[in-house]
Formats: sequence, structure tokens, C-alpha cells
Amino acid sequence: MTVQKRRRRKDLRGYFRKDRRAAAGCILLGIWILLAVLVPLLSPWSYSEQNAAIQNSLPSPAHWFGTDKFGRDLFARVWYGAGLSLLVGLVSAALNGCIGVLYGAVSGYAGKKADLILMRIADVVSAIPSMLYVILITLVLGAGATSIILGLCVAGWIDMARIVRGEILRLKGTDFACAAKIEGIPSIRILTRHLLPNAAGPITVNFIFLIPQAIFTEAFLSFLGIGIAAPAASLGTIIQEARSQMMVYPYQMVFPLLVLCVMMLALNLIGTSLEQRNRR
Amino acid sequence: MLRYTLKRILTGILALFVLACVTFLLVRLMPGSPFQTGSVSEQVVEAVEREYGLDRPLGEQFLTYMGNLLRGDLGISYEDPGVKVTEIIGRTWGITASLGVPALIVAILAGTAFGIARAVSKNRCVREVISAVGMILAGIPGFAAAILLLLVFSVQLKWFPASGLLSPAHYVLPVISLAIYPAAVIMRLTGNALETEMEKDYVLFDRAKGLGRKQIIFTHALKNAWRPVLNYIGPASAYLLTGSFVVESIFTIPGIGREFVNSITNRDYTLIMGLTIFMGAVVIAVNLITDLLGAWLDPAVRRSYQEEAG
Repeated sequence: MTVQKRRRRKDLRGYFRKDRRAAAGCILLGIWILLAVLVPLLSPWSYSEQNAAIQNSLPSPAHWFGTDKFGRDLFARVWYGAGLSLLVGLVSAALNGCIGVLYGAVSGYAGKKADLILMRIADVVSAIPSMLYVILITLVLGAGATSIILGLCVAGWIDMARIVRGEILRLKGTDFACAAKIEGIPSIRILTRHLLPNAAGPITVNFIFLIPQAIFTEAFLSFLGIGIAAPAASLGTIIQEARSQMMVYPYQMVFPLLVLCVMMLALNLIGTSLEQRNRR
Repeated sequence: MLRYTLKRILTGILALFVLACVTFLLVRLMPGSPFQTGSVSEQVVEAVEREYGLDRPLGEQFLTYMGNLLRGDLGISYEDPGVKVTEIIGRTWGITASLGVPALIVAILAGTAFGIARAVSKNRCVREVISAVGMILAGIPGFAAAILLLLVFSVQLKWFPASGLLSPAHYVLPVISLAIYPAAVIMRLTGNALETEMEKDYVLFDRAKGLGRKQIIFTHALKNAWRPVLNYIGPASAYLLTGSFVVESIFTIPGIGREFVNSITNRDYTLIMGLTIFMGAVVIAVNLITDLLGAWLDPAVRRSYQEEAG
């Protein structure tokens, strides 16, 4: 291990020790991802196999979260759904992040006229509540993860684009950017090698917050019954399925809700602590 | 300033137009006809479609719809012929607003109060607890909050009724479940903004001048920290409208949100279109008003636009 590497590792440890929120968030998220990956692989129960003999059984050593009205093991099902929710969140956050960074960078760097036009377009798109697009697009393309991700990409990138544009505008006027320009470095290289890396802080924070937003939307749509369709199930779908008998078997709804909320909390913890570190 | 106002209004109108076009196209692209109920023969479906003008070219349909839209006519419901979409909106809109407006007020008051407390409290414990609770609340989806409140306060404890909107007590749970998320966001916004403001030189100067803490916070710092909250009211109203979809269906409230969810299940195309355009228009209007208000109230923005014009 080189000295540099060791120092970096020490820095990270010190950072976690100082910021308990980030540490708590990372631990929660780590456990969460581990369960979402491992449970579907290792569990003796399938997420979709129905078994009429064990309908609506309460949590027990065999079925940790109990079973639902079709006798499916909820522990396997919830963690399978959690994985799917996380996948939707990550993919749409990545797509939106890329679109947003590109759009914002072009808008901030291309000069006044292009900037004005691009930002007007963004204003128009963002003036309309994005949930409406998402719902209409899922209705057109049919329920499923792809249509939710596509729907989220209509308007999800705008905040990121605005933030990146602001950063680029600010950095464009700095001395090092001018120096790079005088040296004759091509604009693209200045943008990608000098300006964007300096905007990494706000970009990361926004990216982290994009993930829970997407998971939120997906759960919302699945809860309305127009999200992920059977036999696949996201956390929203499982909550929706439990709704019809929530008065009798509330545990069927509480477990997926809890898993969803822990995920949100972990991501929010990490996002806020990063945000605060940037402000300092 | 006038130029800015006009520009913003034009953007709003353009957004409305884009919304109407996109909605029309997407609804036309949706698979299946609203009249295919299984038991009806092909001929009947075709006849009914002719009746509604669905067999005409798309361009013609679009122009007719836009023309009607300009006159404020959103067509009639497919599911329930004889009922105009505008009638449905008129009937349900007030109910949704009677939940959304109190929710917004509660969110702003609670969010600002806790935001101030988080930013200026000398007690570290208070600050930590408020930000932790805020973060947990921001992580609970609206429908989850509504269901949990329903299970705890109306099924278990029986403090509040579970459905309908007959008395003020009926409003408590839906309004709270709508207000939780925006309140948490507003708390974060005020808290962050106020924290930054409190470190500025003018606060130090105020203190040197001998002003009390309350006066510094309420008449000086808060004035500079309200801008993000005002900007958030637009997105918050969008959140409340979409939140009403689930909250109204959970608490069985006959508002616009439940109507929208029903229209999706019934594939009632004109109703989906009409409600989408109406809700979009409300949010666009709220965004426009808060934007203009912000620009008018903020001397820095006002001056920058005057310079640009002059």
C-alpha cells in the first residue's frame, strides 16, 4: 500500500468518524443493498411461487415477514421488490444525470443565445408537473420498469441541468479557465477536463437525491396500479397488494413500507451530509 | 420589470400549449379504444367512434380539440356520456383545493417554524432532533404516511374518522398526510438559508448595534432567507395535486385526484386529457405567480432586470 493510498483511507475514516450521519447512511445503504442482492439468490422461497396452504401466515422462523394472500413468502418478495426499486432508481438517476450534465454544460458554455434558448425549453418542460407525463407515458407504453424509467427521463434532468449550468457559468470566468483558453486548449477539453471536475461536488449531491426521487415515483405509480406489473413486484406493488386487507393483516404492508423508508432515509442521510460538506 | 413579467407570462402560455399538445398526442397513442368493453360488437364500436369523431384524421381531431379548448370546452366524458369534463372539474376541484390549501399553509407554517428552530437554537440536542425527524419525514412517501396515519389514528385509536369529508375532524388526517413531505422540505430550505444568513456580516452588525435575537431573526435574517421557500411553492403545489391522487383514494374523498385515478382505470380519454390539462394549468399558474411575486419583492432581482432593460 502506498503512502498516498493509506492517507486517503485515513481521510475517509476520519470523515466518517466526524460525520456520523454519512456513516449511518452508508451502513444502512450497504446492509440494504446486500439484502436486496443476496436474499433473492439464497432464499429457499421464490418471490412469485404461490402456495395455498400457507396463505396470510404471520411472521415466523420459516417466513420472517410472513406470507401474503397467495401464500408467497414476503421476506423473499420484499427484498426482490427492493432490488427492482433500486434498479429503477439507479438507472433513471444515471440517465437523468447524464442528460442533465450534458444539457447544463452545453447551456453554460455555449454562449448567450444558445443558453437562452436551452434554458427557455427547460423552463417550459419543468413548468408542467412531471408526474403527469410519467403517468401518461406508462399508460401509452404499458406498465413496466422501462416505461417508468422513460417517463422519469422527460423532466427528471432539469434540476441537474440548472445546477451544472450555474456551476459552469461561475467557473467559466475563473482565472484558470482563462489561462487554459489562452494556452489554446480546445473548448471541449477545457469543459470536460477543467470545468466539470470542479463542479463534481454539486453534481454528486444532486445525483444522490435523484435516486430516492425515482424510487418515490416508481412506488407511487405502482401503488396507483400503473407501475410494475405482475409477476414482477416492486416495493410499491407489494404495498398496493397488501392494501385490500391492511385492516386484518397490517404486517403485510408494514414490512415493505419499512424497507422503503429505510432506503429513503439512508440516501437522504448521505445526500444531506454531502451537501453540507460542499457548503463548507 | 414589465418585460420580465411579459416574458414569464409568455413562457407560461407556451408551457400550457406544449402540455396540451403532448397530452393530446399521448392520449391518442394509448392502446385500446375506450369503447371496447368486450360484449359490444365491432360495428357498434365503430359507430360510436364515428359519433365522437374518432375516425377522422389525427390533425383534424387535434385542431377541433384545440379550438374547443380555447373556448373552455373540454368535451364530454366517454365513460359517462352527457356529463361534461368541465362539470366534473367544477364539482371536484373545490374539494381537492379545500385539502390542498390548508395542507400548503400547514406545511409553510410548520416548516418555517422548525426551520428557524433548527437554525438558531442554542441547544445542540434540539437541532439534531429536528433535523433527524425532518429527514425521516422527508423519506416517507405520501401514500405511506397516509396509510400509517389511517391505521394508527383512525383504526387503532379511533380518534379521527377514516373516510369522507363531513366535519372538520375528517380533514385532519388527509391534510396532515399531504403536508408532511412539503413541511420537511420547507424546514430544510429555511434552516439552510437561515444558517447561511446568520453567519453574514450584517447580522454581526445588528448584534453590535444591540438588537435582540428575535428582532435580528424575524426582521432581518428571515427576510433574506424566504426566497427558496417562495420558489418551492410551485413544486409543492404540484406535489399536493399528485399527492391527492393517493390520499383521496385512501380516505375515499370525491376530489379531482380520485376522479383522475378512476379515469385512468376506465380509459376515459377525454377525462384524462381534460384533468391533465387542468391540473397542469393550475401548477403553471402557481409557478408563474410565485415567480413574479419573488421578482417583485426581491430588490436585487428587480434591480438587475431594470438595468438589463435600461
